Amino acid sequence: MKSIHVAATINGDPAEFVCEPQETLLDVLRNRLGLTGVKEGCGTGDCGACSVTVNGRLVCSCLVLGGEVQGAEIGTIEGMADADRLHPLQQSFIDNAALQCGVCTPGILVAAEALLKKNPDPTETEIRYWLAGNLCRCTGYDKIVQAVQDAAQQMRGA
Amino acid sequence: MNMRVKGERAFKVVGTRPPRPDGVDKVIGRALYGADVSAPGMLTGHILRSPHAHAEIVSIDTSAAEALPGVKAVITSGDFGVPEDSALRDVQDHCMARGKVLYDGHAVAAVAATSPAVAKAALKLIKVEYRKLPHVTDVDEAMKPDAPVVQSGLVHETVAPGFSENVTSYCEFGHGDLEAGFAKADRIIERSFTTAATHQGYIEPHACLASMNADGKADLWCCTQGHYHVRAVCSAILGMEASQLKVTASEIGGGFGGKTTVFIEPVALALSRKSGRPVKMVMSRDEVFRATGPTVATSTDVKIGMTKDGRITAAEARLRYSGGAFPCGTVEMGAQAAFAPYDLDAVRTYGWNVLTNRPKEASYRAPGAPQAIYAVESVVDELCLELGLDPLDVRVKNAAQKGTLSSYGPTFDDIGLMATLEAAKAHPHWSAPLGPNQGRGFSAGFWFNFGGNTCVTLNINTDGTVSVTEGNPDIGGSRASISQMAAEELGVPYEKVRTVIGDTTSIGHSDITDGSRVTFAVGLATIKAARDAIQKMCSRVAQIWGIDEEAVVWEDGYVKPASPNAGDFKPMSIEEIAAISFQTGGPIAGHHEVNAEGAGVSFGVHIADVEVDPETGATKVLRYTVFQDAGKAVHPDYVEGQMQGGAAQGIGWALNEEYIYGEDGRLQNPGFLDYRVPVASDLPRIEPVILEIPNPGHPYGVRGVGETSIVPPLAALSNAVSRALGVRMTRLPMSPPTILKAVSAAGV
Repeated sequence: MKSIHVAATINGDPAEFVCEPQETLLDVLRNRLGLTGVKEGCGTGDCGACSVTVNGRLVCSCLVLGGEVQGAEIGTIEGMADADRLHPLQQSFIDNAALQCGVCTPGILVAAEALLKKNPDPTETEIRYWLAGNLCRCTGYDKIVQAVQDAAQQMRGA
Repeated sequence: MNMRVKGERAFKVVGTRPPRPDGVDKVIGRALYGADVSAPGMLTGHILRSPHAHAEIVSIDTSAAEALPGVKAVITSGDFGVPEDSALRDVQDHCMARGKVLYDGHAVAAVAATSPAVAKAALKLIKVEYRKLPHVTDVDEAMKPDAPVVQSGLVHETVAPGFSENVTSYCEFGHGDLEAGFAKADRIIERSFTTAATHQGYIEPHACLASMNADGKADLWCCTQGHYHVRAVCSAILGMEASQLKVTASEIGGGFGGKTTVFIEPVALALSRKSGRPVKMVMSRDEVFRATGPTVATSTDVKIGMTKDGRITAAEARLRYSGGAFPCGTVEMGAQAAFAPYDLDAVRTYGWNVLTNRPKEASYRAPGAPQAIYAVESVVDELCLELGLDPLDVRVKNAAQKGTLSSYGPTFDDIGLMATLEAAKAHPHWSAPLGPNQGRGFSAGFWFNFGGNTCVTLNINTDGTVSVTEGNPDIGGSRASISQMAAEELGVPYEKVRTVIGDTTSIGHSDITDGSRVTFAVGLATIKAARDAIQKMCSRVAQIWGIDEEAVVWEDGYVKPASPNAGDFKPMSIEEIAAISFQTGGPIAGHHEVNAEGAGVSFGVHIADVEVDPETGATKVLRYTVFQDAGKAVHPDYVEGQMQGGAAQGIGWALNEEYIYGEDGRLQNPGFLDYRVPVASDLPRIEPVILEIPNPGHPYGVRGVGETSIVPPLAALSNAVSRALGVRMTRLPMSPPTILKAVSAAGV
């Protein structure tokens, strides 16, 4: 099969890649562009570890083909901090000990950021349902929910 | 040199909640896990797996795969030797089937190719001829004399005649006169329980990058809980000397016991050896479920006698555990843990290990204990209900304490069970009102904890900062707590210390990160290594001052004269001592190597409130509180995290998670869609309450906290559901169909 040439914007920067038609966006990001902050936990859209945004919409990058993102704006965990200044969510996750092993953390941060863009003041229940697509096996979610609430409060105040 | 030891130590760093050293890397996506590294010329490795539960491998033809352009190596069991050591042979046979496939998903061949697409295409070209054999996946069925035999010739002499050859070992623990004990009881309840196998469910699939050179030297990067163990096993399987294999532990995306062994690592090394190229292997989630992990599946009978006022007079349990197609000793841990929370005059447990056509069991957080204690705590709860007694009061009345002869042999030292029970009793959760269809469950839990072999090197850098090198992969924030203990002992700020995990060539052997041992054992070794460095710094300064070593003291990061009599010298800081170390005898480092004992057993108790929908059988957890003894919580955030995380896993085990096998012996739910672990919206807040009953075996009183928290949820949930329904639940998970069936059988 013929490879596909794709031009897109990734974390604000122009990017070009060539991929095979069956290759997922997740594989492209990880294997062709070196963005290994995007994690693969299942490859079937069940765990959320590969969460990214495509044109502002939260998606599992394992369920998107690389060939589909021509012209799109893609956001990954690598683009979340502003140079060396952490995003309030990132800082809040450290301050609240909201990660243990940390492998689900990039996906959860991307998902939480997407939530706060839509809803700057979510209730605990809204956070829990929004993050229901992101599995964490270490924390029991308690400190994650707290970290999102704290960051939301801080961002509203900022 | 003198250490200023205070009676009641006032901690400065231990007990605070500083940011973890690996935190930033993990929130910006820069931390490197098993699948995150590459090497020049790297190939992709994939494994062909058995579609059958049990079959003889008649032949494997790899010629077509080998001929496919881009394929650089194909291997089967023929590319490995046959280890003499039976445990090693089991590990190897689990990684690559030899002669027979023993479960659905068992590896039969592997390919290394220039791309994942080529590797996958090559797998399809491998022709395997199987002769299917009868299979058995249920533990009770597998014990029957006429059951299909999974593996022959493995029966230990302790097993009585009359069972299938699948029953490989038997164990027995306890003391006292059971018959006399039961005779004293006012009420005796005997019940049988089953628990399904569950998977650790770490989010990061197993992954590694292996590179073996023509000169026989090899490097292995992998996600593991114990890279020294990986080195020992892989070098033995590959016929190498350990010194020639360097293993580096990546950041690890969850383990919970499931990454304490090898699955793909020897395969990747063998592919690299054969192809002469680096080989990366990453498991799919389907492979993780079918070929790694799970816990034992269990079937248990428990009989307990109790007086009207709640004293247990006798207790016995029969435990039948299956750890899949290879022998495992998990039932022994279950049999030892079953009655550990109780002070009993007459107690006995009996355990049998049983082979089934399932993947080899891997440890999962307190392996064997949750299932045994689930059954015991369910029967205790039922006795409390029948006798009209408060379940917490009954636990207090029978609680193991310091001096109790435990049900498994040792006499307990300082333990925290009573403190956790009292804290639970005093907590508002215990007396909060319940609504219709709601129930409150209670359970105690226990884990042994472990110490083990540990090496720590603590370097005083020339600027007076501190580098700690240890050998235990950090699965829950341990680098932070190790740094805290180093800072505490040295009297320097936490920020001055950085703890790293060395590869197998940079520090000596350290046992696997398991048994809740790291904060205890590595912490202990770090404190002793710090003391070693302090001793050296004191000696250097005494030399400079021209006074006796005995005449100086270490305090808050300074060497000072021990008393005015020692002379009038300006205290020297760690920075000053480090800066001139080249002139006083060279670089300064402390070391400690130990096989740590005195880990200190761990107890916790949980309270769970649930609401069960009698129409659908669905259970909602409304409120959950964990009480656990941490000895001393070094970093309370991560202690709480262990308590909450273990509770969440236990809730999943109790309500949803299970390995479901079809009639064909194949796993029917090898994915996160059908094997459903708790998601954020399934759970309430999990409130952690830390108790601190110092462990006499650790300088700061630390005891492990990682495992106990998964033990009580099974019974806490089952007791809560049973009380909500008015029907005693006896099997896990309590998925909606199980609950509806129990309700309809009881005619409620």
